[in-house]
Amino acid sequence: MAIERTDFEPPYLHPDYRSTVLRAPSRPLVRLPEEWFHRAPGPAFGRIAVAPGDNDLTRQHAGEPLGERIIVTGRVLDDDGRPVTRTLVEIWQANSAGRYVDPGDDHPAPLDPNFTGAGRCLTDDQGQYRFVTVKPGAYPWRNHPNAWRPAHVHFSLFGPELGSRLVTQMYFPGDPLMATDPVLLSIPDPRGRELLVSSFDLETTEPEWALGYRWDIVLRGRNATPMEA
Amino acid sequence: MPLTPTPSQTVGPFFGFALPFAGGEASLPAGAEGAVRIEGQLLDGAGQPVPDGLVEVWHADEFARCRTDPEGVFHFRVRKPTAAAGPNGLRQAPHLEVTVFARGLLRQVVTRMYFPDEEPANAADPVLALVEPEARRRTLVARADGGVLRWDVRLQGEDETVFFAI
Repeated sequence: MAIERTDFEPPYLHPDYRSTVLRAPSRPLVRLPEEWFHRAPGPAFGRIAVAPGDNDLTRQHAGEPLGERIIVTGRVLDDDGRPVTRTLVEIWQANSAGRYVDPGDDHPAPLDPNFTGAGRCLTDDQGQYRFVTVKPGAYPWRNHPNAWRPAHVHFSLFGPELGSRLVTQMYFPGDPLMATDPVLLSIPDPRGRELLVSSFDLETTEPEWALGYRWDIVLRGRNATPMEA
Repeated sequence: MPLTPTPSQTVGPFFGFALPFAGGEASLPAGAEGAVRIEGQLLDGAGQPVPDGLVEVWHADEFARCRTDPEGVFHFRVRKPTAAAGPNGLRQAPHLEVTVFARGLLRQVVTRMYFPDEEPANAADPVLALVEPEARRRTLVARADGGVLRWDVRLQGEDETVFFAI
């Protein structure tokens, strides 16, 4: 049974996000019969080393990073609702002031000597992942006048199949910048955008320590036949 | 009722401190038997280099990842795959699966790189056969240049690389 996901995925060309204009493919994508492609095993990511502490972005330097300490956790599922176990999850983000450690980021907000902003983990036997970090700040970009990206954490996931590879961004509930962000608004259906917004979760929140956010991720699998417009 | 897959978002420009890993562009040592070096340039619709792209290649248990440089150049050293079993008993020509992420790509593009010294196998490949018009198939085949395989990826425009639906 095919899912119509055209309205839940961003198109390649979304002119409000200016960088898409010269980078979006203009020719029709070539459709392969599903079993030729989506059934193909995904990449072996085992060469990317994951150490036990790599999921704690607050413990990578001598001191603690500034900012609001948060726990981000959730489950990785396939579209049948089955947990995707032992799969690699990579995250990266700006610091609490909205500055990336990347040398290409020239936003005049302070770098934090105690924060890099990159982490990795493997999902457990229930498909759970968990990161400890600080809440990233919003930052300006030059897409349009007075453009600001809402706070977000970048996620990269592999999953079991070639078609399940996913790079996306997780947002925070109630962020007013989401309403004007061309990257998030590239997803046509508002319900699709909501899938990228985490939930504040008191159960995950640790007393006297860190606020908890939950965000479940669904990777394409057996049922997700692509439906291009 | 199946769950809705989580939508994709761009990798953005600032992943270079996070996703590349040591030795990531080489899945085997220099000089290893069967190793091939692949070099290419990632280009936009104006023919300009894409300096903030991430290219991943894989086949079976091989995986390599390379961030493009300021000239949009990526390079890999991988083992050339052998012909692979395909669906319905069809043989697939040796190829690498290729995924490209970049600022301005709201989701990845997926393509394949085939080998120039496999003409008969390429001619019989069931995936290449689906690409029409036939002239576009050459965008998926590297060319030999000395000891290197050259293969550029053009995201848009004249000679746009063939991308597959995902």
